[in-house]
Amino acid sequence: MTKAFNWLVPALLALPVAIGLVGVVLPAFGYLPALGGAEFSLDAFRRLLAMPGLSTSVFLSLAGGLVTTAISTLGVALFLAAFHGTAAERFARRALAPLLAVPHAAAAFGLAFLIAPSGMLARLVAAPLGIARPPDLLIVGDPLGLAMMAGLIAKEMPFLLLVAFAALPQADPVRRMRLAASLGYGRMAAFLLTVWPGVYRQIRLPVLAVAAYASGVVDVALILGPSLPAPLAVRIVGWMNDADLSLRFVASAGALLQLGVTAAVLLAFVLGERLAGALRRRQTVTGNRMPRDGCARLFAMLPVGLAAGAVFLGLVALALWSFAGFWGFPDLLPRQLGLATWMRSLPAAAGPLATTFVVAIVSAGAALLLVVWLLESRRKAVRATVGRPARLPPAVAGLVYLPLIVPQIAFLFGLQVAIISLGLTPSLLLLSAVHLVFVAPYVALALADPWFALDPRYEQIAASLGHGTAATLVRVRLPILTRAVLTALAIGFATSVGQYLPTLLIGAGRLPTITTEAVALAAGGNRRVIGAYALLQTLLPLLAFTLSGGLPRLLSGGRAGMKRP
Amino acid sequence: MNRLAPIGAAARPATMRSTPGKAEAGATPAGLVLDGVEIRLEGRSLLALDRTVLPGETLTVMGPSGSGKSTLFAFLAGFLDPAFTARGRVLLDGRDLTGLSPQARRVGLMFQDALLFPHMSVGGNLLFAVPGRVKGRKLRHAAVEAMLSDVGLDGFFARDPATLSGGQAARVALARTLIAEPRALLLDEPFSPLDQALRAATRDLVFDRIEARNIPAILVTHDPADAKAARGAIVEIGGAQAELQATPAAAAAGSRAAR
Repeated sequence: MTKAFNWLVPALLALPVAIGLVGVVLPAFGYLPALGGAEFSLDAFRRLLAMPGLSTSVFLSLAGGLVTTAISTLGVALFLAAFHGTAAERFARRALAPLLAVPHAAAAFGLAFLIAPSGMLARLVAAPLGIARPPDLLIVGDPLGLAMMAGLIAKEMPFLLLVAFAALPQADPVRRMRLAASLGYGRMAAFLLTVWPGVYRQIRLPVLAVAAYASGVVDVALILGPSLPAPLAVRIVGWMNDADLSLRFVASAGALLQLGVTAAVLLAFVLGERLAGALRRRQTVTGNRMPRDGCARLFAMLPVGLAAGAVFLGLVALALWSFAGFWGFPDLLPRQLGLATWMRSLPAAAGPLATTFVVAIVSAGAALLLVVWLLESRRKAVRATVGRPARLPPAVAGLVYLPLIVPQIAFLFGLQVAIISLGLTPSLLLLSAVHLVFVAPYVALALADPWFALDPRYEQIAASLGHGTAATLVRVRLPILTRAVLTALAIGFATSVGQYLPTLLIGAGRLPTITTEAVALAAGGNRRVIGAYALLQTLLPLLAFTLSGGLPRLLSGGRAGMKRP
Repeated sequence: MNRLAPIGAAARPATMRSTPGKAEAGATPAGLVLDGVEIRLEGRSLLALDRTVLPGETLTVMGPSGSGKSTLFAFLAGFLDPAFTARGRVLLDGRDLTGLSPQARRVGLMFQDALLFPHMSVGGNLLFAVPGRVKGRKLRHAAVEAMLSDVGLDGFFARDPATLSGGQAARVALARTLIAEPRALLLDEPFSPLDQALRAATRDLVFDRIEARNIPAILVTHDPADAKAARGAIVEIGGAQAELQATPAAAAAGSRAAR
């Protein structure tokens, strides 16, 4: 019975992926009776391969996935190597929550407002030089997808930094760094050679999730990516929503191609890991201690600093535009500020905002319940002794984290077909259920370690005092883990708010959220309205993170033992 | 060391009633009876113990780390890892504990660390432990205040556990354990984190309470001074040798020596 329960939650989370993949494989090979495809054929693949610019689209997806992940991971490693245990690191920890709160789309819009030919950076240069016209450059939407990669990096680096911070204590950094220093190693060499491998082993799954995400991203690609041709995932969405229904077969074949592209990215990244490991071992053998790394440390600040700066300054640019009256080109600031944009946007945005909130709270709440159930049943199955924390078995973890590794575009379309053929109409509950598939893995990612790390003797004492399982969970475990639980809830909430593709496809246009509305504005190019929507999109997760940071302090009544993370 | 002969029910105090309706209740003595207990791991015997601990008495189980002390502790408390298999019965005042859940055993635990719940005040920690049959806020609070005063911590009700010294925390942990009115105590090196002077004082406090309450206790330790202060019988379990001995037969021989 308990064994079956252990598998129920992971199966529940992986089932939509499986259904979605089946729903893509069949039409890809020509079988979709509703659209007249009754026979299996390779026609869809033939048409797919004949699409103009397909190889460029595939290349953009491959490069986007690899470059984004490699730079984000390296940036985090360099930053921690240079600044672990310093004031800069403490500052980064504090600045992290607001950075994480900014949804992908809002961060992408913010970056676009900074780097566009008429953006803030161009104005900074143009105003003193007296240049009256924006330069004629294709920066946002450049054919190589550099702007898109920059947007993804700016958003993924804070995420990887978060998981690295959580993993650091288990890598025993203080003692290892001291030991390496006593052997004469410089700070960065000491960290990269002795601590980072232990950190990386723990954050490997999130890193691979970033690679999968970046290779199949749609919203950031729509805002910052090239359009002729666009990355593969964007083109698949186009084919799916095309008036010519026969293109759905092509879209399905494209979804399978996307699956292959993401698999190739993951494979290439794993090979890259091997290479990096070999280089590190060679470096270790040389005994080169690199004691003077002051210069390198300044350089190591760049990736994380630029990413954080881009997101924060992007938010400022969004805010300025949302309040701007007339704002001519070389002017750094608008001539007038006003509430006109907000007065116009708020009534229209209220509905989508409410939808976003309800779906996020329902999916994050449900995800928390499921994850707690999953972790508790796992913990009960293997009684952890002190110092030997339990873990999710690899098979269970594989199922739970599957939605993070399989690109959304590869199975959401099939899931949509399955939902329609079941006769289900888009509803808040259905949308929340689909969001749950993507929210639950992040909640599990955030909660698993602290959940298993809690000293089991607390509950043994509670039991010996006569308290049952439920009372122990509610009165001992959950209160001690308040901070971790609320952080997991906030991460789940933010994940749901940021979902673009599931909302677009499962909501079928009938359940617009603030995210789908904001991304839809990208084509229009009205900066004032975009600014307002992107800020509204940021507002909800920011509230969630602020509450999750502030509530534990209130709930614990300021007890010192609860302040330790 | 010889197996202690069971002493009749006469030694059992009036408050220590055995569960009525159990056929063997009259035949078994009061106190904690380890009846042919043997714990095995992967077919290998880790330890075997056959003892009776009388009310008010403390049995000290000694052995180096890795000898299975903690395993015995987990078995008695009801938290044995499923990887182990255990044989034999544990009777507490005639009640067979072996099949009972930890919360039904009424066996108090004290660990090396005080493990006070960090989200509750000192008083909250004790209130959490007051038996459910003590009804009403006033009565429960009064019971807690009385217990705190008993361990010399008057006025500590509202204190944050994180602000206590090691000795104070150990005393709160003892108070929390005792206020639940356990019928037996299990002590897992509860004195080892304390410094010498504090250790002696805390030891005396704990063993005085065990005698005063007339309940059996088992102390697991590797400190001979702890064993001496417990004033009771001592068994040594040679699990360390058992770990090193390759064959099950040798391991069994090693643990037979412990009886």
